[in-house]
Amino acid sequence: MNHTLIGFLCVAPATIAVALTLSMIGPAEAQTPAPAKSAATAPPVKKAPAAAASAASSDATVRAIEKYREALADGNPADLWEARGEGIWKQKRGPKNMTLEKCDLGLGEGVVKGAYAQLPKYFGDTDKVEDLESRLVTCMVLLQGFSYEQARRAPFGSPDNKPAMEALVAYVTANSRGVKMNVSLKHPKEKEAFEIGKKIFFHRGGPHDFSCATCHAQDNIRIRLQDLPNLTKQEPAQRAYTAWPAYRVSQGELRSFQWRLFDCFRQQRFPELEFTSQGSVALTTYLARNANGGVFSAPSIKR
Amino acid sequence: MKSNYLIAVVVIFTLLVASTAHAQSKSAEDRATAVMKASFKERGQAKLDRLDQDKAMALCTKYALTPIPKNLAKEIEAENLKTIPFPKDGKYLGDWKAGERIAQSGVGRQFSDNPANPSGGNCYACHKLDPKELSYGTIGVSLYQFGKIRSYSPEIAKYAYGKIYNAQAYSACSNMPRFGHNQTLTETQIKDLVALLMDPDSPVNK
Repeated sequence: MNHTLIGFLCVAPATIAVALTLSMIGPAEAQTPAPAKSAATAPPVKKAPAAAASAASSDATVRAIEKYREALADGNPADLWEARGEGIWKQKRGPKNMTLEKCDLGLGEGVVKGAYAQLPKYFGDTDKVEDLESRLVTCMVLLQGFSYEQARRAPFGSPDNKPAMEALVAYVTANSRGVKMNVSLKHPKEKEAFEIGKKIFFHRGGPHDFSCATCHAQDNIRIRLQDLPNLTKQEPAQRAYTAWPAYRVSQGELRSFQWRLFDCFRQQRFPELEFTSQGSVALTTYLARNANGGVFSAPSIKR
Repeated sequence: MKSNYLIAVVVIFTLLVASTAHAQSKSAEDRATAVMKASFKERGQAKLDRLDQDKAMALCTKYALTPIPKNLAKEIEAENLKTIPFPKDGKYLGDWKAGERIAQSGVGRQFSDNPANPSGGNCYACHKLDPKELSYGTIGVSLYQFGKIRSYSPEIAKYAYGKIYNAQAYSACSNMPRFGHNQTLTETQIKDLVALLMDPDSPVNK
């Protein structure tokens, strides 16, 4: 459990000395300038003297973290998931003993190239908006004959569980590398998913009064040393969204976007977001659409 | 006569459109809430009622993208201020060393946490405090030299206690959790945090 905040010094001789606590850890209490500061009880604050100096050292920290990230990216174990995923895609599985090669990810039967960059989207056969993971569940059920429960069971990897889902996600997403995000809102159900996703993004609740927006609706802020992208703005949303899924060094697992949302809500102190639930797809639609035009570049590698 | 008739038609039409639009936005709201509720399941200590909102959070959500009107902000602050049970002994400062441990710890309230264990405050996730801790967040303001800058007075100590207990009492729609109000931290823990901010011996004030 990394929410106790591991602050570790990562010293590469003469090059990078990075004080790192890259934890996407529990969003904690925050106290941003609120729109209306009218409390009579709040005492005045004298100007903090060291603000400029602290901003400069914080820039140096950010640059050092960037260097650490570049060093990490040399050799990404996500390759292993991609290769395994390709094998599973082409393997006859399930009660119907079929491969997934006829699975329609939105660009036609069996087209994997570029498919992820236009998801989530509306699918006529299910009359639903589906993200990649929910579409894979649909294909496992319709083509391979798995039950809905089997297809969605234990989707997140751990030392003793290496699910097909994450490998398939790695394989499909890798086939959109270099493709521009192009999520459509033409179908009314796509538009509705976007609007519902937006509502979920701003919904404050739980024992900490957090919403997604608590951490992800401002520019240039950090939690501990982890910078927090403003997901309501195109450029940072593009940078963040196109970097998932990711191989997580600290976990030794490839993590899908469904996992990213699941784990954010855990830290938001919400109940468990259900895998491929309508709300999860709606939120993904909101975030993916905000990233439109960004060049997809995952699976990436993160600390 | 004819123009009166026209005006009446236009007025009725406008009213109809407005009320339909209102009904639609209302039902879109309800639909989003229903989808959200159906998309989570309870796990460990995190029950589904965590998606519910009190008046303050409902308003802060409603005005997430636009500034909240001043009168509503004042209402939220006044109502939340009333919830703060300031310590009966009139003492606000505990042990800053214990406060530093609470400020470092992000444990608590997640579905993966054991609710029998005490929670942390995770202050460093958002605030700069002891300058020796380089790993601090910037979602909140710097609290370095909190007491030294603001004075070590009982009024400031009381404010610090109240702010940690219920941040909405001082700044409506603040991002900061209501640590006492929502029973994340105990009175003793909050006093320890106040000491971290207000004790002249605390590294925060060095």
